[in-house]
Amino acid sequence: MDMVTAIIDGCGVEVAKGTTILEAAKTVGIKIPTLCYHPDQFIKANCRVCVVEVEGVQLLQAACATAVNEGMVVKTNTSAVRDARKTILELILAHHPQDCLHCIRNQKCELQTLASEYNIRDIRFDQVDRGLALDLTSPSIHRDPNKCIKCGRCIEVCERVQTVAVYSKYDRGFDVGVAPALNLGLGDVACINCGQCVLACPVGAIYENDQHDQVWDAINDPEKHVVCQMAPAIRVALAEEFGLNSGELQMGKIVAALRQIGFDKVMHTNFTADLTIIEEGNELLQRINNGGKLPMITSCSPGWIKFCEHNFPDFLENLSTCKSPQQMFGALVKTYYAEKSGIDPAKIYSVSFMPCTAKKYECARPEMNSSGYQDVDAVLTTRELARMIRESGIDIVNIAPEEFDAPMGIYTGAAVIFGATGGVMEAALRTVYEVATGDTLNDINFTAVRGMEGIKEATVNLAGTEVKVAVAHTTGNARKLLEAIRAGEKFYHFIEVMACPGGCIGGGGQPIGTINEKRQFRIDAIYEEDLGLPMRKSHENPAITQIYEEFLKTPLGHKSHELLHTHYTKRSLYPFSKEQL
Amino acid sequence: MAYAKEQRLVLNNYDKINPTSIDEYVIRGGFRALRKALSMSSAEIIQELKISGLRGRGGAGFPTWLKWSFTAPIEVDQKYIICNADEGEPGTYKDRLIMDKDPYLLIEAMTIAGFTLGATKGYIYVRGEYPHSQKILNTAIANAKMAGMMGNNIFGSGFDFNLQVFSGAFAFVCGEETAIIESIEGKRGEPRIRPPYPGVVGLWGKPTVINNVETLANIPAIINNGGRWFANIGAIKYPGTKIMTLSGDVANKTFVEVPTDTTLYDIIYTFGGGVVGGNFQAVQVGGNSGGLLPASLLETAIDFDSMQAIGGSLGTGAVFVINDRHDLLDVVKNVAHFFTEESCGKCTPCREGCQRLYDFMNKVCEGEATAKDLQIAAGLARVMNKTALCGLGQAAPTPVQTAIKFFGKKFEERINAK
Ligand SMILES: Cc1cc2nc3c(=O)[nH]c(=O)nc-3n(C[C@H](O)[C@H](O)[C@H](O)COP(=O)(O)O)c2cc1C
Ligand code: SF4
Ligand code: SF4
Ligand code: SF4
Ligand code: SF4
Ligand code: FES
Repeated sequence: MDMVTAIIDGCGVEVAKGTTILEAAKTVGIKIPTLCYHPDQFIKANCRVCVVEVEGVQLLQAACATAVNEGMVVKTNTSAVRDARKTILELILAHHPQDCLHCIRNQKCELQTLASEYNIRDIRFDQVDRGLALDLTSPSIHRDPNKCIKCGRCIEVCERVQTVAVYSKYDRGFDVGVAPALNLGLGDVACINCGQCVLACPVGAIYENDQHDQVWDAINDPEKHVVCQMAPAIRVALAEEFGLNSGELQMGKIVAALRQIGFDKVMHTNFTADLTIIEEGNELLQRINNGGKLPMITSCSPGWIKFCEHNFPDFLENLSTCKSPQQMFGALVKTYYAEKSGIDPAKIYSVSFMPCTAKKYECARPEMNSSGYQDVDAVLTTRELARMIRESGIDIVNIAPEEFDAPMGIYTGAAVIFGATGGVMEAALRTVYEVATGDTLNDINFTAVRGMEGIKEATVNLAGTEVKVAVAHTTGNARKLLEAIRAGEKFYHFIEVMACPGGCIGGGGQPIGTINEKRQFRIDAIYEEDLGLPMRKSHENPAITQIYEEFLKTPLGHKSHELLHTHYTKRSLYPFSKEQL
Repeated sequence: MAYAKEQRLVLNNYDKINPTSIDEYVIRGGFRALRKALSMSSAEIIQELKISGLRGRGGAGFPTWLKWSFTAPIEVDQKYIICNADEGEPGTYKDRLIMDKDPYLLIEAMTIAGFTLGATKGYIYVRGEYPHSQKILNTAIANAKMAGMMGNNIFGSGFDFNLQVFSGAFAFVCGEETAIIESIEGKRGEPRIRPPYPGVVGLWGKPTVINNVETLANIPAIINNGGRWFANIGAIKYPGTKIMTLSGDVANKTFVEVPTDTTLYDIIYTFGGGVVGGNFQAVQVGGNSGGLLPASLLETAIDFDSMQAIGGSLGTGAVFVINDRHDLLDVVKNVAHFFTEESCGKCTPCREGCQRLYDFMNKVCEGEATAKDLQIAAGLARVMNKTALCGLGQAAPTPVQTAIKFFGKKFEERINAK
């Protein structure tokens, strides 16, 4: 590797050619402020807060965009640099509602942090209120365009990573803004509710539809029996909200916290993840054996489902008819659980904690009422859960751990790995292999489908049939995969798609600061948890055996079809009417 | 006073030929340079340009040979040459004169550029407000094709070259070279960050050279007469001629092509016929992003470096004369307003700063500004100069800054009047 040496604030550094000043400074402990920079994105260099002095160059240089040259002498802390950064911050703040105290991003905002670090007290420019309306049209994602600092990070993630391309810039100069085309609401365009733009936004301009107050209302209502389920990807990320490393927070502590918050029953989506594997595994075998539509594609990710409905309506029959674990759980709570515990389903309020913003949309889909009621009443993200824990004054780090409630709280390692890209595939293979062949797997770790690679492929011999599988995460990668299939270049039997980078552990409802580096930590923590569990195959879960015996009877049976399976809707790419164009 | 006279190099054919007649162009020596260039090597042509000392006429004054020398040696399947004919600076129409009156000169120059750089495809990015120029260029390109002077195997040299006229996006910033690339690619016209420089990664990711119309128009004469001949004309460090366009309170609102060592005084008084409607107050050279200069600096030569040395800029060569009947602060305010309209809004200092400078000038004009406001505006202007992403935001404060520097009394009067 070609190396270059330079001097930054008097410190000698040696870095690979092409390293930016920003990265090089970091290696010697020099912090340069940034706003438009995002470690997983292209360099934008539009905010200009990262400017530094480079000897021999008249203009200040953007550290995020300027590569270190041999012999370069950089100064990051001169009065000219500080003055420029302060001026730029004041310019932004004077055109920004400074309502940090009641902003959803209070204490998690890159702009606020810089304003604090640079001791912005008096702002030299008059405050200008943009007076733009909030966008509350989407069930998942809300926007306050007044807070937008025009960094373009949401544009990039939506366009390049997800290939949905909802956002664009409008207008020019001082009035420039970022919004969906024609200034439509997020609920009126082909947005898939993945929430990746929320994670990308440095400020409080895009955020989840926060519904935790509604859940408080239900808890406070003595008539309501409030139960909750929790997705596998929550535990590893919630830790980060409380200053711990991914994986450092014990599951039992979250259970205890949820009981203290006031949930009557605390159960686990992992239970229905195991159930999904049984249903989906059987569906796959049926499709393979009976000449059904292939490839079969997983359906647990509601962001992916909506993407498919808008962009690949010709693949709707390829989607597994299995509901997502959340919705299976919801349907069972108000039927199986209600029956078993003798509670009137009308009085049950079912809450789901998810790493995902799209699940808020999913639970409100009109077909998700097979119990006779809305199956899941409210979906809260990891961030909203953290808010409830804080609001309750619970010391989650030190609370004594407790157990999940039975029966829908028992799960296997196969369910745990649902949270990581490739996890559903691996869980399915563990079960399908043993069901199809009758043999026991020697090695249940299908490492070929693990990891952050965008598209992964593997072949598995199932009792004489070479089954080809593929795994894609992000809808951008799913698009590539489906286009190759459409063009006849690729063939698979089974495909897993997750809408978010890294799978659900990287979902749009996860803590602010979810970047790819953190996603990898969370993935590692998930596989570690799987490894430590006594049961690691869904079909070994005794509670699953029990629910089939007591209630569902057989996989893909009549009850299953009624409660656990669903159908999809073809959606236009331009849901708004032609007149509006 | 030195004896000043016009010297028409790039406007050599101005009103001497029927612009779309290829025969008339050839009779006056047209396409000789192209034939000669096709017999030279790329390195020889660049060497000749180096000797000539030709520097960009689009505003940045970058040595043309140097720009070409980065791109010419790159071996890649496709390179591009783009002619910047966006000409968005108010009061500037020099490029239009060339395109309308001598389109084959530009075509010949671009073909030479294409040959030198190894670019087989060229674009002329013409200001949207110039439909007439676009039409003339399209006619000329079609004629050149028919005459075998464009297309495949030009003059039997084996060199293929095709040109396309691209209509601009009606925005000043779209004259910035990387914004042109974005615009041709069908994107929002916003400047790109550099590096990578367009000479290495340009249009559709391919090496691309962008030159101004007037820059290119000098090249055939340099090929014909040699670099040394050109280097002897005008100022030593910025040789050749420059087309200046005069507007405002000047007797002859006209254009002149003069050697670059001509002084501003000569431009205004010898060619412009002096100030009308009042006495001289100030002159703004180089378009809206140019500095406002006082009478005491009129003996400065117009070349790039001399203008820069006094805090002004040659820019595009627009000369806007302001007599003393105008409220200079009001003029500055209007220029500041121009930038609030033209900032693309991509980077913070320019997006926010242009508006704040305009607010400040408004306050000054209303007699509501304080000494502190002046200090804040001056500080903001310095930050914009040093941190804006492209030339627009870097230069946008220049009128305000030069007004404060050279006409500070007027600010003081208005501030103290409060
Ligand atoms: C805001 C802005 C507008 C510009 N507009 C023009 C223009 O209209 N025509 C032009 O030739 N150069 C314009 N330029 C300069 C170009 O970016 C570039 O420097 C020039 O085309 C290079 O050609 P040259 O080297 O032949 O001068 C502009 C620059 C900026 C920053
Ligand atoms: S976005 Fe950030 S700076 Fe703006 S109000 Fe919210 S917390 Fe404060
Ligand atoms: S939620 Fe996802 S699809 Fe919707 S705008 Fe944000 S990134 Fe794009
Ligand atoms: S909404 Fe957020 S991410 Fe998008 S441009 Fe504005 S500040 Fe950046
Ligand atoms: S300086 Fe102005 S015109 Fe140039 S990129 Fe920044 S905002 Fe756009
Ligand atoms: S972080 Fe470098 S310009 Fe925004």
